[in-house]
Amino acid sequence: MTTETLHRSLAARRASGVTWARIRPLVIHVLLAGSALVMLYPVIWMVVSSLRPGNEIFRDPGILIKDLRIENYRVGWHALTEPFTRYLLNSGIVVLGSILGNLVSCSMAAYAFARLEFAGKKFWFAIMLLSIMLPIHVVIVPQYILFSNLGWINTVLPLIVPKLLATDAFFVFLMVQFIRGIPRELDEAARIDGCGKASIFLRIILPLMVPALATTTIFTFIWTWNDFFSQLIYLTDPHMYTVPVALRSFVDSTSSSSWGSMFAMSVVSLVPVFLAFLLGQRFLIKGIATTGIK
Amino acid sequence: MSALGELGSLRGKKPVGQKKDNLAGYLFLAPWLLGLFLITIGPMVASLYLSFTDYNLIQAPKWIGLENFTRMLSDERLHNSLRVTFTYVFVSVPLQLAIALLLAVVLDRGVRGMAFYRSVFYLPSLLGSSVAIAILWRQVFGTTGLLNQVLDVFGIEGKGWISDPSTALGTLVVLNVWTFGSPMVIFLAGLRQIPTMYYEAASVDGAGVLRRFFSITLPLLTPIIFFNLVLQIIHAFQSFTQAFVVSGGSGGPSDSTMFFTLYLYDRGFGNFDMGYASAMAWFLLVIIGVFTAANFFASKYWVFYDD
Repeated sequence: MTTETLHRSLAARRASGVTWARIRPLVIHVLLAGSALVMLYPVIWMVVSSLRPGNEIFRDPGILIKDLRIENYRVGWHALTEPFTRYLLNSGIVVLGSILGNLVSCSMAAYAFARLEFAGKKFWFAIMLLSIMLPIHVVIVPQYILFSNLGWINTVLPLIVPKLLATDAFFVFLMVQFIRGIPRELDEAARIDGCGKASIFLRIILPLMVPALATTTIFTFIWTWNDFFSQLIYLTDPHMYTVPVALRSFVDSTSSSSWGSMFAMSVVSLVPVFLAFLLGQRFLIKGIATTGIK
Repeated sequence: MSALGELGSLRGKKPVGQKKDNLAGYLFLAPWLLGLFLITIGPMVASLYLSFTDYNLIQAPKWIGLENFTRMLSDERLHNSLRVTFTYVFVSVPLQLAIALLLAVVLDRGVRGMAFYRSVFYLPSLLGSSVAIAILWRQVFGTTGLLNQVLDVFGIEGKGWISDPSTALGTLVVLNVWTFGSPMVIFLAGLRQIPTMYYEAASVDGAGVLRRFFSITLPLLTPIIFFNLVLQIIHAFQSFTQAFVVSGGSGGPSDSTMFFTLYLYDRGFGNFDMGYASAMAWFLLVIIGVFTAANFFASKYWVFYDD
């Protein structure tokens, strides 16, 4: 164990450390990029396949387009009882109504929970938190009976009215968390200037909680756009179908020969979600990180 | 009770401002309260009542006592649907969380382009619940689907993954695991909270990567793991769309993808057996409640709170 051998072994260790330190990021990048590609490959392949002649879906696992066709889109758009425009419009109406409903009703409830002192607040707050976890199945049968007695089946009302009544308690919670971060001194200053509770809400809190409102908008957009269970139950008339319900009737009504057009319409249905993701990433990531919603 | 306590303390402190706040509070809460009673609690009570009746939407509900529940005891399809659901939940959730944690730890260690990878891995969470992706899954795992085409390139002969009862549920597990992005983002946020000085101290003491993971990261992350576990289990128990679309609405082949929720839909909205469906819904609520409570109870033994 001379000092020389010690030096040599140390040098060797340092050298291997250096090469590993240099290679490590590369290895990690290759692994990460590889798994990202594997994950997204089927989706990319679906987009590519929708732009190919019909039956190549069953032959070509690659993602190179030799023969670009938009035939599938033209056929798929008119394959069901109504042109696809109709389903997009129906979905659009439900989504818009839901967003408006959630923004108004959830922000009001959140303001009450975060800023106002009233009897029973803790109790209602606990109930609100519990209701987030409630499975929709426990209420869906009586809700269906209620709405069918009101004559609301095959209208958008059963899908929008609950949102006007803040039944998406997720967002109440998200907004409460956000409002708690707004300094109370601002409320105080406004109060001294003669603002009542309502004008503090409208003039101070609402403008300052725009990020929370944006998060709510994007999540409501994506969830409502993708929502299937309640739309399947309440919309049974083909004229009232939304995009997911229409797509699923496509599965029923088609043979294997029209997979191309089914893929094309699936891609169409994913475009708005993808755009919302691109535009709203920042809010989405923040939203799930702070509240842990799916 | 706590509400009464709060009321008393408020009265003691601010007798003048109190009344005004109550009015404003309940006015702002009005839409939510209305929704709570009309859309949530009212229907819950109604469905509890209906679970003791025979009701087909046309004739008035007929009180039959516990008959729906005794029928559940001998309903083979229901037992099967429970088996399917439990398998799905207890295979897919741990897998999903393990992958989410692994990638979160890798991404947290200062990988360049972290934000890009995070977005790419998160994207499937947003797409995963859509009908479009379920349609894609139907094709990918079909007899002539993408998976078998790829396997064919390597000279491996595939099979109809969805038409085979032994693998159909597996394709849905894969789909749920595929959406690991949202727990991953929650893990990433949790990892940010761990002070770097812990790692520095451990490095000085000569702890390797694995040692640091098991002695620092994992214990400090247990609250987040617990949170994700509770959330994802509740979520997985309620899965519906994917099984419904992939199986073409049938829960097949031979009931191998018949989730509890699918069977509930079939009873309630396929056969208009609303009494039985309500009884099933309450049973589902109890199952989810029991598992959530068990989770909270077990958490005392493995979740570590730093403060």
